[in-house]
Amino acid sequence: MSKIRVSTTVNGDAAEFLCEPTSSLLDVLRDTMGLTGSKEGCGSGDCGACTVVLDGEMVCSCLVLAPEAEGRTIATIEGVAEGSVLHPVQQKFLEHAALQCGFCTPGFIVAAKALLDRNPDPTESEVRYWLAGNLCRCTGYDKIVRAVMAAAAELRQERTPA
Amino acid sequence: MPSTAYHAPGTVEDAVALLAADPTARPLGGGTDLIVQMRAGRLSPGAVIDLKRIGGMSGVHRAGDAFAIGAATPCTALKADAALSAAWPGVVEAANLIGSVQVRNRATMAGNLCNASPAADSVPALVAAGAVCVIAGPSGQREVPVEAIPVSPGKTSLAPGEFVVEIRFPPKPAGGGDAYLRSTPRTEMDIAVVGAGVSIVLDGEGICTAARIALGAVGPTVVLVEDAAAALVGSKLDDDALAAMSQAVQAASNPIDDKRGTVSYRKAMAGVLARRAVLIAASRAGAKA
Amino acid sequence: MNAPSTMKPFRHVGTRPVRPDGVDKVTGKALYSTDFKAPGMLWGAILRSPHPHARILSIDTKKAEALAGVKAVATGRDLPTLESLVMHVGEGASDIVDVSHNCLALDKVLYEGHAVAAVAAASPEIAREALGLITVEYEELAFVLGLEEALAEGAPVLHDTVFTKGVDPKPDRPSNAAMRVEMGGGDVEGALASAAATVTGRYTLEPVHQGYIEPHACVASWNGDGQAQIWTSSQGHFAVRALTASVLAIPQADIRVTPLEIGGGFGGKTTVYLEPVAMVLSKKSGRPVRLAMTREEVFRATGPAPGAVIDVRLGAAADGTLVAADVEFLYHSGAYTANDAGAGVSSAIGHYRIPNSRVVGIEVLCNRPAAKAYRAPGAPQVNFAVESAMDELAGKLGIDPLELRLKNAAIEGDPQTTGLPWGRIGYVECLEAAKAHPHWSAPLGPNQGRGIAGGYWGNYGGPSTVNVSVAEDGTVTVATGSPDIGGSRASMAIMAAEVLDIPYEQVRAVVADTASIGVSMVTGGSRTTFATGMATVQAAEEVKRLLCERAARMWGVISDQVEWRSGEVICLDGEKQGQAMSAAAIAGRSFHSGGPIAAVAALSAKGWLPGFGVHICDTEVDPETGHVKIVRYTAVQDVGIAIHPDYVEGQIQGGAAQGIGWALNEAYIYGKDGKLDNAGFLDYRMPVASDLPMIEAVIVEVPNPSHPYGVKGVGEVPIVPPLAAVANAIHAAAGVRLKDLPMAPDRVYAALHPEG
Ligand SMILES: Cc1cc2nc3c(=O)[nH]c(=O)nc-3n(C[C@H](O)[C@H](O)[C@H](O)COP(=O)(O)OP(=O)(O)OC[C@H]3O[C@@H](n4cnc5c(N)ncnc54)[C@H](O)[C@@H]3O)c2cc1C
Ligand code: FES
Ligand code: FES
Repeated sequence: MSKIRVSTTVNGDAAEFLCEPTSSLLDVLRDTMGLTGSKEGCGSGDCGACTVVLDGEMVCSCLVLAPEAEGRTIATIEGVAEGSVLHPVQQKFLEHAALQCGFCTPGFIVAAKALLDRNPDPTESEVRYWLAGNLCRCTGYDKIVRAVMAAAAELRQERTPA
Repeated sequence: MPSTAYHAPGTVEDAVALLAADPTARPLGGGTDLIVQMRAGRLSPGAVIDLKRIGGMSGVHRAGDAFAIGAATPCTALKADAALSAAWPGVVEAANLIGSVQVRNRATMAGNLCNASPAADSVPALVAAGAVCVIAGPSGQREVPVEAIPVSPGKTSLAPGEFVVEIRFPPKPAGGGDAYLRSTPRTEMDIAVVGAGVSIVLDGEGICTAARIALGAVGPTVVLVEDAAAALVGSKLDDDALAAMSQAVQAASNPIDDKRGTVSYRKAMAGVLARRAVLIAASRAGAKA
Repeated sequence: MNAPSTMKPFRHVGTRPVRPDGVDKVTGKALYSTDFKAPGMLWGAILRSPHPHARILSIDTKKAEALAGVKAVATGRDLPTLESLVMHVGEGASDIVDVSHNCLALDKVLYEGHAVAAVAAASPEIAREALGLITVEYEELAFVLGLEEALAEGAPVLHDTVFTKGVDPKPDRPSNAAMRVEMGGGDVEGALASAAATVTGRYTLEPVHQGYIEPHACVASWNGDGQAQIWTSSQGHFAVRALTASVLAIPQADIRVTPLEIGGGFGGKTTVYLEPVAMVLSKKSGRPVRLAMTREEVFRATGPAPGAVIDVRLGAAADGTLVAADVEFLYHSGAYTANDAGAGVSSAIGHYRIPNSRVVGIEVLCNRPAAKAYRAPGAPQVNFAVESAMDELAGKLGIDPLELRLKNAAIEGDPQTTGLPWGRIGYVECLEAAKAHPHWSAPLGPNQGRGIAGGYWGNYGGPSTVNVSVAEDGTVTVATGSPDIGGSRASMAIMAAEVLDIPYEQVRAVVADTASIGVSMVTGGSRTTFATGMATVQAAEEVKRLLCERAARMWGVISDQVEWRSGEVICLDGEKQGQAMSAAAIAGRSFHSGGPIAAVAALSAKGWLPGFGVHICDTEVDPETGHVKIVRYTAVQDVGIAIHPDYVEGQIQGGAAQGIGWALNEAYIYGKDGKLDNAGFLDYRMPVASDLPMIEAVIVEVPNPSHPYGVKGVGEVPIVPPLAAVANAIHAAAGVRLKDLPMAPDRVYAALHPEG
């Protein structure tokens, strides 16, 4: 097997890696680049724990071949906070106790941020359908949905000029 | 273990050459079927040929009132196209029932079609719309109706070296409307137990002048039910016509019992969903008639 | 304020601070099972049986061993031969021989997915390739999946060593009936015969999976000197140590288990599947080895909760007073003897006063993965049957279903099914709270119906060790041996801060490894906030006493002359009277006043009390398709005292959601070939966000007098009532009573359209 060299941008930084032709982007992020924040719950697109943003769109990184990332931009959970300042979605997850075991949390936060980046005022139903690709077995989603709605409200306030 | 190569050709010709060179090679659209099958060990192609870097392969193109969708266009991009959504809401909705947002940001209708699952959601809607596929291959391009692609579960009529480059729609008829409904136990993230795609045309009086009704998951491939369409044509979609249509749909359904549903439930749902889809399509046709 | 009237108002208990491990978990920094890598680590993989039942004739591993990059191969022959020994370390008891054979089959495979061999290699790809080079010769045997089939004459018997436990005299033949449990008393038949109204029903359920999102995984490193380290995510690293040491027949102290963060367990991570195998591979290769399951392996080879067949008869007088209950059920035990029947028997009818009762539970062996604890193990299945029957009885009697429950609800002093009296339980309080809740009287829309169900779980105490230590600056660390699955670090910090009356932020709680803290039982059975909490309080009290003693020494007064007040020591007497000394001042000089300040509490917590819950569910049923939508859901529960209400609500909401999934769509689906047909999240349909409404958790607080802060335990109860609550709501909405789970659209449709 000959490895493929791939150049990408991950969380704003240029990154290069070598991978097998059929390695998943998730495997490369986790095992090659040490970015273990994205989780593998299924490896088949069913749980959303591996959600990353690829060229602006959220995808399951377990269902992206690593070589597909050539020249593309990837954003992972590790890049959501700015330094040690949490993103409002992260902050609201903490304040609303929207995590129990926390395994699904990175995927939910990346997905929720992707929603709020394009829809600052989602309804509860829009939040639920947007997040339907992210499984959480611990929370029953109640506090997750509330945290996302609260983060949306806060972001709207931040964006409204005083 | 034979290893799989990855290629990302920039032209249709290169893609055809790569596919023709290795009969086990597979086109890669969004990978939401292909990668899953490779991981599960059900498939180990000699090469995957990523179509997404071919110029013009992604995006919705419009020529007059006819739409053409590049084979590598992800489902969510269809929704973002207001004109397509207005003309063929049933198709756009069907494509946007697939999986989750994450899946739809990758999944393509061409992949949905060429994966040849009888339960593929966008396929009945495409068939109802009368869409055709543009196929590129070693001997040039050809066009076939969408329903000619799947031949049995997992098998297509594509010859070695061929792949779908584009899905084309006929011009939207005046007074036309379409719809797609499916039955799944969950609201999202589920595979259709039954799917029903409908496209109808109503005249100024509300009389149905043309109809196409296609079903998913009730047979080995998508089923275009001509008797059901015939039951509607000439009617004002009154209860009798709808009942006759539902009956034709049930009669044409030949499903199997499996983990996703029983024969009797699938038949019954085919009738119910087709009727509900006709009514939605009619309201759309009426709205624009 | 959540303080019960008998206790002084709390400063921290009942508040909702951010959990100490929160930032790590929202930023992706927290390390879960497969996030940990050891230097030089190899990648393992497990070969699993394609057959549901077969004799292993031979295993040829030569080709796999010869593959470049393969460093070790293991089979059941590499595990020591053990004497039968029942260990009580996880949730329930298991025979160590069964645990060993489940890790790697020896002579027989008992279910599709049963582990038969393992490899460790330089990369995951090589490991997988090596699996394909192992040849196993099987002699296929007849298999059995169904409960009644497994008990039928002539059924294939899984173990010729199993003679039904709990039957006197001991049966003369081995069978698949692993265990029989019976409780009750009185004249059941007589009371049923003279009852004004009776209901009879047979209820069935399929096995369901716990569905934690993190698959099982571990890293093991076993050195030539016999000492080993294991990094794993589990509900109890001490259980992992005890079971792994026992399977390998080595001293427990030779294994140090470091708990990684755990991505959900719900009872399913209270045993070992991988650790002993990773150990063997590590020993053979001389390198650390990671073993991780795929999602498919999790479904095929780890514990589902048992499916069941349950027969129920209830009888009541005309005024609704229950006079008799007869319940008999079969539970899937899977490949090895499991534990749910006993808990099922004691969780069946104890929430009602019933003078004449008979409850019988039987564990049935069959060719499915070994059943494992799942949230209130054994209770939801039988509760589904009993609470559905109660609803039917209410209908027959023309009594409101909530009133019927209230009329018969057990209170303190009433006998449990075991005959022992109930302690201070809160079922009546929950029913009253449900009745008073606006949900109970809210109007319903077309095709909608409302259901109610009550249920309970015994909760537990047991062994926990906690170390509370004070740093030189007066800040406090609480180290426990209890993995934190849903915010228990926060609860421990709250309790310690409460005892010491200092700010929450001055207390940090951690989960310590097996070499750093004493033995603690698994986080399971809703015991952690109760038992580990009790140890935390005890250790914090001791620290408080030490701080007072040291201050007294520093002031030159006797201990009686000082008092702990608002996080400081106050001198009550002598020339220093009125002076205060902070924990920082005391701890900062502690090296000169007698040494560091720390206290360990190692206890076996007693005095736990059961929790009761009442759920109200509104469904909307599509009469044409059988689709059921949950439109509103309220879960009322007595938790004793809620230490951190957010996490209490979270437990209630999560348990309710799991119960709704169990009710509506979740089920193991097997093919005629005995193989699991839906070993993935797409076809094993757990609820997604758009399937559920908000789940309102209503906390009722009837404090537990035996716990310093009144805790009872929360986690298990909420999965008990939903099954019947949903079924009763479907009945109310559509007029059909579904007695078979899951109540998927096709089942509801069939009930609505019996003509087909
Ligand atoms: C979690 C999850 C949920 C899903 N839910 C649904 C659902 O609800 N409904 C549904 O219908 N499907 C569902 N799917 C299946 C899948 O997402 C769809 O079938 C999708 O449309 C496939 O498109 P793709 O571009 O990802 O195809 P790919 O995986 O890239 O390809 C699929 C097959 O088609 C071939 N192919 C792809 N493009 C072409 C082309 N242009 N010409 C010729 N052959 C081609 C590939 O070689 C492969 O054999 C789901 C999948 C996942 C992982
Ligand atoms: S790991 Fe990618 S969706 Fe589950
Ligand atoms: S918090 Fe555990 S899976 Fe979501």
